[in-house]
Amino acid sequence: MHTSDTDYVRMLNISKRFGNVQANSAVNFSVRKGEIHALLGENGSGKSTLMNILDGIYAQDEGTIEIDGHEVKINSPADAIRLGIGMVHQHFKQVDVFTAAENIIGGLARPILLNQQKIYGKIQDLCERYGLQLDPKKRCYAMSVSEKQTVEIVKVLYRGAKLLILDEPTAVLTPQETDNLFSILRGMRDKGCSIIIITHKLDEVMAISDRVTILRKGHSICTVNTAETSPQQLTEMMVGAKVDLDIPYVMIPDEQKEITLEIKDLTVKGTGDKPKLNQINLDINSHEIFGIAGIAGSGQKELCEAIAGLQLAEGSILLNGQELLNQKPSQQMRKGVTLGFVPEDRLGMGLAGGLNIEDNAVLKSYWRQKGGIVNKKFSEHEANEIIDSYHVSTSGTKQVIRTLSGGNIQKVLLGREIMQKPSPSCLIVAYPVRGLDIAASRFVYEELNRQKEQGVAVLLIGEDLDVLIGLCDRIGVLHDGSLMGIVDAKKTTKEELGWMMLGQKMESINDKGS
Amino acid sequence: MIKVVKRTQMSAGKRALLQLLSIVLALVLTGLLLLLLKYNSIAVYREMFYGALGSLYRVQQTINKMIPLLIMGLGLSVCFRSQFMNIGSEGQFYMGAIGATFAIRLIGDRLGALTLPTMMLFSFILGGLWCLLPALLKRYYGVSETLVTLLLNYIAIRIVSYLQYSAWKDPEAYGFPKIANYPTAALLPKVFGVHIGWIIALILVAVIYFLLFKSKLGYEMAVMGDNLLTARYAGMNTSKILLASALIGGGLCGLSGMIQASGIERTMNDQMSSGMGFTAIIVAYMSRLNPLALVVGSFLFAVLLQGGEYIQSSLQISSDIAQILQGMILICVLSSEFFTEYKLSLRHKTGDGELAHE
Repeated sequence: MHTSDTDYVRMLNISKRFGNVQANSAVNFSVRKGEIHALLGENGSGKSTLMNILDGIYAQDEGTIEIDGHEVKINSPADAIRLGIGMVHQHFKQVDVFTAAENIIGGLARPILLNQQKIYGKIQDLCERYGLQLDPKKRCYAMSVSEKQTVEIVKVLYRGAKLLILDEPTAVLTPQETDNLFSILRGMRDKGCSIIIITHKLDEVMAISDRVTILRKGHSICTVNTAETSPQQLTEMMVGAKVDLDIPYVMIPDEQKEITLEIKDLTVKGTGDKPKLNQINLDINSHEIFGIAGIAGSGQKELCEAIAGLQLAEGSILLNGQELLNQKPSQQMRKGVTLGFVPEDRLGMGLAGGLNIEDNAVLKSYWRQKGGIVNKKFSEHEANEIIDSYHVSTSGTKQVIRTLSGGNIQKVLLGREIMQKPSPSCLIVAYPVRGLDIAASRFVYEELNRQKEQGVAVLLIGEDLDVLIGLCDRIGVLHDGSLMGIVDAKKTTKEELGWMMLGQKMESINDKGS
Repeated sequence: MIKVVKRTQMSAGKRALLQLLSIVLALVLTGLLLLLLKYNSIAVYREMFYGALGSLYRVQQTINKMIPLLIMGLGLSVCFRSQFMNIGSEGQFYMGAIGATFAIRLIGDRLGALTLPTMMLFSFILGGLWCLLPALLKRYYGVSETLVTLLLNYIAIRIVSYLQYSAWKDPEAYGFPKIANYPTAALLPKVFGVHIGWIIALILVAVIYFLLFKSKLGYEMAVMGDNLLTARYAGMNTSKILLASALIGGGLCGLSGMIQASGIERTMNDQMSSGMGFTAIIVAYMSRLNPLALVVGSFLFAVLLQGGEYIQSSLQISSDIAQILQGMILICVLSSEFFTEYKLSLRHKTGDGELAHE
């Protein structure tokens, strides 16, 4: 039998251009009935663009789409759903105060009066059929991230999708939730659904997919059977060069370490009774990378901002014996506190996106200049130092930050924080590789290791557990504002971290002490 | 089917061209309206041009109109730079005039050469305080400054009316509701036939340029205006920056009121702004808060105002036409901003599209 006979959806020679960027060039991609197909590529390789074309959000400039061998035009997501294609986006679009059922039927053409029982029945049927667990009467604000994701999946199934596209579905899930999702997806595949999963995580590709298509810089490199490939081979195809997949770890003898940052009983009040941070105790040593794991919104932001003086808190935060608690950034700086802080949303805080590299380079040092003038020569010099040391690719120091790529924006921020004078003795970095490609991520890891070697105490807020385990010395896990425990990164497992992220306190904490 | 798609960054040259085109479009649209009213629109525009620039006297009149627009535009640029959406320039202008008049009532011309500087100081302070109030409300109670500054306009005008018709009414004006004319020492001298407000304005252009683009305060305003959280993160005193920009911005609008009272009206009355405080907002935006561009922008709008007044007498057309044109220009220029971020493209055609967000 010819392979193409079994193809369900075929995308042929798809090209799409955005301004100066060729997002897809002559991409070929096909999905069979009843398979899980991984679409693998780095950030900016064109995966999302290709799938958005299939979902009717974008229109291709060139190329054709066929379903069951017939050419189709997909002009909108409504067209896509008519053809049985549904997409679950990375960022869910839900009305928080609505119930699951209301969110599922929202946007559908329907009679004026709703037959609740019929809708519940249909949702229940779908859930039973595919092994999904969902309470249709539960309101969205009361749901966990994985429940919200289930709502999105049911929403697409309810509309009759036979081909499901999932965009980075595991980015927000714990390992346990990921396993659960994968078993559901396998079940759906066995019932004849086709599933496309967009990802850049290799272990997931290996774990779930039947075939994998690799995109690189807008080109489809090839499609292979997952069973016949390896993570190393996939990475090489994805990056286009041989890469070292191991996350570099630097061993520093314990004798050299001494306590740099001491956090005692740190509590941050929330709007209600429940605190955003609850009695956190941890020490971070010099020559150490201390990781924080946790589901997004478990208190990571509050922890970072309390240290940086941007969040009122109770307790105590000592950096080299100096109290930081409730000290505004300006007070900290004028007292000579040496702290570097790379916040999670680079353009939301940390950089002024509408200003140029020069203006951003002196953000923390301009006030040290004498007189009332900002010396532009000095700004230019600082900007050039960052650009040179961190290999920022830019048209010059006058380039507006917002127009740089994500990786280069991160380099400017990281560079400024690390190259502060006096150089920081403690560095807080939140999700530093978010949105960065493999080469840029690796650069960040190596830079953090360099700081560690130089004696800096690094607090790393992370989301990828493999990275945390690889890079850190110790890892603390936050759940709902509380510290579930601190483990030795070299002795822990993803599963152990996962359970703690879900709220299980580990009584056998492997804190090796310091 | 036409689709709206995001575009990559636009060059400065293209942007200027876009602005020019939108002004042309405004002229064409208003021209169509004039045709509808059975006027020869080309002739109307030509008359407006001659009315504004056709003789030395008219040029001087135009510059008289340009001065308040420019100074208030500078003040507003300071506010807008730090994202303090001050649309109360009209009210601050009147408060400045009150300050100047109050100074004269206090000191008369006893201070001689110091009369004008004293008036300037009073007007700057009163205008600044009038703008500081909404800034404080914004800072401490999160009240929208747009609303408060707007409402304060009407309060300021009413205060002027009260003073003019009652408290400060000139008893020697035969019952006519006016405030006594300023003494000679309180009148701005003329250079090249125009009161020296134009020299003050040009000095202020240099000062505000320095403030916005060279000074630490201007840098802090720019950072805060771009991203409040980043300003806090960098340890900037955001309250101080907000209050400073409100004080400076409102102060300049107040100063402009003093210059208008002293240089043109020779007294204060409740009609003296003729809405220029609002026009200055348009001018500041069109000039992208750049003091140098403001010189050009305020001149263009002054031409429009002067020309509009002229056709009223020469063609018996209501000067409202000039206001319609102003409004049209604002709509066209602001709408054109859309095209600096987005463009239209036909579906299923080779072309540019929006960038995928991953």
